[in-house]
Amino acid sequence: MSATRTATVNTSRGNALDVARVRADFPALHQQVNGRPLVYLDNAATTQKPQAVLDALLGFYSRDCANVHRGVHALSQRATDAYEGARETVARFLNARPREIVFTRGTTEAINLVAYSYGSRLSPGDEILITELEHHSNIVPWQMLAERTGARLRVAPINDRGEIILEEFQRLLGPRTRIVAVAHVSNALGTVNPVEEICRLAHTYGARVLVDGAQAVPHLAVDVRALDCDFYAFSGHKIYGPTGIGVLFGRWELLEAMPPYQGGGDMIRSVTFEKTLYNDPPYRFEAGTPHIAGAIGLAAAIEYVTRLGLEEIRRHEQQLLQAATRALEEIPGVRIVGTAAHKAAVVSFVLDGVHPHDVATVLDHEGVAVRAGHHCAQPLMERFGLPATTRASFALYNTLEEVDALARAVRRARELFD
Amino acid sequence: MKVALEDLYQQLIMDHGRRPRNFRVLQDATHHLEGYNPLCGDRFTVYLKIADGRVADVSFQGSGCAISTASASLMTEAVKGKTEDEVEKLFEAFHAVVTGKRAPDAASLGKLAAFAGVAAYPVRVKCATLPWHTLKGALAGSKQPVSTE
Ligand SMILES: Cc1ncc(COP(=O)(O)O)c(C=O)c1O
Repeated sequence: MSATRTATVNTSRGNALDVARVRADFPALHQQVNGRPLVYLDNAATTQKPQAVLDALLGFYSRDCANVHRGVHALSQRATDAYEGARETVARFLNARPREIVFTRGTTEAINLVAYSYGSRLSPGDEILITELEHHSNIVPWQMLAERTGARLRVAPINDRGEIILEEFQRLLGPRTRIVAVAHVSNALGTVNPVEEICRLAHTYGARVLVDGAQAVPHLAVDVRALDCDFYAFSGHKIYGPTGIGVLFGRWELLEAMPPYQGGGDMIRSVTFEKTLYNDPPYRFEAGTPHIAGAIGLAAAIEYVTRLGLEEIRRHEQQLLQAATRALEEIPGVRIVGTAAHKAAVVSFVLDGVHPHDVATVLDHEGVAVRAGHHCAQPLMERFGLPATTRASFALYNTLEEVDALARAVRRARELFD
Repeated sequence: MKVALEDLYQQLIMDHGRRPRNFRVLQDATHHLEGYNPLCGDRFTVYLKIADGRVADVSFQGSGCAISTASASLMTEAVKGKTEDEVEKLFEAFHAVVTGKRAPDAASLGKLAAFAGVAAYPVRVKCATLPWHTLKGALAGSKQPVSTE
């Protein structure tokens, strides 16, 4: 049955997404919560998994389970082929070379890897430039690096719509700027940042740019060569893949010159007690047994979205974004936070006189799963003078009917607290 | 099991959530402390005036959800005039009820029994108990803000 499921995914390129068929690929969507059909709108936190990904995980563990890069036996060969095949799939997906793809636990580990390894060359007086809308995982590793090296962390401001103010960003760039770290898409506001322009500006000062792509890869086609970024990080679980697996793309010349992040097996060429020779990238940065099943599952997820077509996904999600924005704006007392001209399908909002936590509880009661809180972006919330927002974030399997369910539930919250 | 939303958001809770009582700074407080829930951003300061081992006056300020605001408000009403021991016992009884370990008992809890519905919403327990943890910290003379995490 699972085989036929994966075979029935919509392969029609250039056509609108067949959402009913897509939904059939996601077992978790078909359940009741609090007596109502689940309306899952917490996709920026994590996405549900298609049968193809579940099959890939089960397939590995039930047929090919072995360690990679070490056994001479058949299963080890199959596991290694599948793991390295996953690296190639990720490389194609980002328009990178396989040896530029490092598997990590997620976005967080990818950023920490760069901060630790590339960051080790920073010295007092050097500058790291981030922006006001970053996720904590693109703030804290840089703060730690600044503390370790004496470098200075600088923060580019955003405007009231939630867009980076490019003139201010440019003003903060200088000859001391060594690293620029910026989200491709904001998880709290949905803003799509002008990453290409940011890379161009940063490069004129010789700075290296890390792009946090956690919220971008599920929604738009990413080409690291076109962006001309130096590092790109994302998490498998936000693009319909497993948790515990993520990706760091690094430009080959940079990876090659970087010291290891962790020590252990697989990242070495030879070890004596006197001296250890490190392996080449990407293996230099993959100490220990990697999340083999996770990488294989991630490749299945990438193949899944590629088959559906990222452009089709984008168009569908933009429809949802427009509908949700309109439906929420019509509700008296609702204010949308994050109104950038260029947005992914994330809608953060506040409801007058009702705390986001209470809104989320009422919504949950109606089967609508959203997130309430600061979305791991406390400095951003402070910028807007809010302790928290309620956030609905959409994925390729969401429908216009679910947008209606969201709006109905928000109206219910308003009535209850009126 | 489907619990009615109204079991959580009882009239009394809605009323105190909207119009919290003792919502002010206590100028002659002998103790005060800040409590914070970093996950949802709830932030309260509890003020206490202790005289002869009793809560002579108590107030709070800050912002949070309906549950935490109502809990803080009803807490200030409940502890006024009580000894520190009595406050401690009341918190124990309250905690047992909101975590579902004990059935609500109006005789010992009074109005606080209205929070029994919280037990069906485990993620909201911290909202209901934050003001109490803060009060306890203030009584103990702590200067470190209380955090739920
Ligand atoms: C923009 C952004 N960056 C980084 C992360 C961290 O991702 P992970 O927790 O998968 O490492 C997230 C996820 O919440 C995110 O939304």
